[in-house]
Amino acid sequence: MHLRYYILRRLLLIVPVLVGLSLVTFTVARLVPGDPVKLAAGPRASPEEIQRLREAFGLDQPLPVQYLQYMRGVLQGDLGRSMMNGRPVTTDLRRYFPATLELVLVSMVLAVVLGIPGAVVAAVYRDRWPDQLSRVLALGSISMPVFWLAIMLQLLFAQYLRVLPVSGRFDARVPYPETITGMLILDTLLRGDWTSFRIALRHLLLPAVCQSLLALALTTRFLRSDILDVLQRDFVRMARANGIPERIILFKYVLKNALIATVSMLGFLFGYSLGGSVLIETVFDWPGIGLYAMNSALTLDFQPIMGITLFVGLLFTLVNLATDLLYGLLDPRIRYG
Amino acid sequence: MTSRSFSLDPRRGGWAQWREEHRSWWEEWRRGIHRFRRSRLSMVGLVMVLSLVGVALTGPWWVPHPEDATGALHISERFQPPSWEHPFGTDEVGRDVFSRVVLGTRISFQVGAIILIVAITIGVTLGGMAGYFGGWVNEVIMRVTDIMLTFPGIFLALAITAALGPGVRNAMLALSITWWPGYARLVQAQVLSAREEDYVEAARAIGAGHARILFRHILPNLLSAIIVKASMDIGFAILNLAALGFIGVGAQQPTPEWGAMVAFGRRFLPHYWWYSTFPGLAMFFTVFGFNMLGDGLRDVLDPQSRHGV
Repeated sequence: MHLRYYILRRLLLIVPVLVGLSLVTFTVARLVPGDPVKLAAGPRASPEEIQRLREAFGLDQPLPVQYLQYMRGVLQGDLGRSMMNGRPVTTDLRRYFPATLELVLVSMVLAVVLGIPGAVVAAVYRDRWPDQLSRVLALGSISMPVFWLAIMLQLLFAQYLRVLPVSGRFDARVPYPETITGMLILDTLLRGDWTSFRIALRHLLLPAVCQSLLALALTTRFLRSDILDVLQRDFVRMARANGIPERIILFKYVLKNALIATVSMLGFLFGYSLGGSVLIETVFDWPGIGLYAMNSALTLDFQPIMGITLFVGLLFTLVNLATDLLYGLLDPRIRYG
Repeated sequence: MTSRSFSLDPRRGGWAQWREEHRSWWEEWRRGIHRFRRSRLSMVGLVMVLSLVGVALTGPWWVPHPEDATGALHISERFQPPSWEHPFGTDEVGRDVFSRVVLGTRISFQVGAIILIVAITIGVTLGGMAGYFGGWVNEVIMRVTDIMLTFPGIFLALAITAALGPGVRNAMLALSITWWPGYARLVQAQVLSAREEDYVEAARAIGAGHARILFRHILPNLLSAIIVKASMDIGFAILNLAALGFIGVGAQQPTPEWGAMVAFGRRFLPHYWWYSTFPGLAMFFTVFGFNMLGDGLRDVLDPQSRHGV
């Protein structure tokens, strides 16, 4: 059974990647010209207090020792503590990650639901106006400064038209729903709490639309060219010769074959987006790991940054592995080497 | 464009002879240019990019208020809505937003170009070495490349810029550091397959050294792939610089950088809408132009790749 070895090998390869990631972030963290401890201690801290804090964080040790101590913690599931709020990084990750996951999942669903029909239409009307329109829209979407678009949508829908909330995840005037998974949409649905569900959905709408733009553009155009490719294959000509209706050929045979590559691209984008939603979370004040990362970077709080990097890097590699396996499931011709 | 040397010496026929010697290459170019000119989007992109380059080069001489990019204050004229005097309105200290947006073009283009030059230099050198020498050199370089590619989005750039201190220069440095792995990947894969080609074998047989084979024989063949990637990337480099400016770790006041302008203008929404809107529009059209151009260039230079947007 080659597959088991393949998975094992890929899992083992994650180790050097994570060591590399941690080394790079650790180096970056030590580039800081200022003294993060002094910053964290506040302007009125005495030298003794600063020294005590430095020892508490282990920052008085030589660098290799610091690194090894950090890695020992990581292996035990301890990513250190934030210097700014004093909480363990793992606690914060657990608190903020569901918000990011919810945002990214919904944006991926949007991209798939809108992207597949878009691609089919563009492929069917190849080089005619629907195709050209989708090409311009896709190029426009990937050219969009997403943080600016977010601000403009906020301005239009929340401030001028007043139909959607400006920012945040939930209405502050309503009691916050009890969480199960931390993803509000899912939790409120599971509890059958429709009022809260609507509130959460209204908050999610604009961020999810902005977040989905890139994936939507790529899905539409990549899938379009894959559909056109598959349409050239012999089995399609065969099916046509047999008099199978074009609609059935397109949706039953062609689309199924063309979707394979799109799945792998979506997998990559999903992993990538988990760490790439910094800008959207900033504009919409969405309490996910992107906002957490930005706040940590701006306050030079490097334990959270290292923690987030390792966490997101691990997720990214795992998602890619899962995508590769799914790819083999969808296309049995693929052999793992 | 080509690795062979040519001479403009009239005794050797100069231009005509050069064209004769490079006939296949020349024909390919003419076909490519023809394809490019037939694609309306690419032509629109080309015109947009050329005009923006013109704006970037000449801007300082014709903008109405060049002093507004270097810290001038006109408090009495703050938050004027768009008018003939100030087409894009004025900001919170009365500076002309139009002048600042125009002068911002220069910064974005410069920084975008520098980021790509640095990234391509590092990426092509490392990727070329990895592909050419193979073995442990390849392993080491490509593992490092993979690790760099695992970093989520603009995250590493954000961390580096925050650590080094905010400013255009550090943002540029951070983005260059995070940008090279894409080129290393591209070049490594191509060099790996070119290594076994006959012409490389031939060059080796006549005693060419490693550097000569790599830089004079193999890399010129990859030029079009690199140009295509670079033409799409420059727009994204500009967007990323703006993103860092927006977060607050990029350009600082009074530098007229688009992302930072959007961030400042955002504080005065919804009343003074023009302050954030116009720098963002400038950014969008610039990147859109580059992407349309890049899309057309890919059809011309890299006809095999069908995965166009």
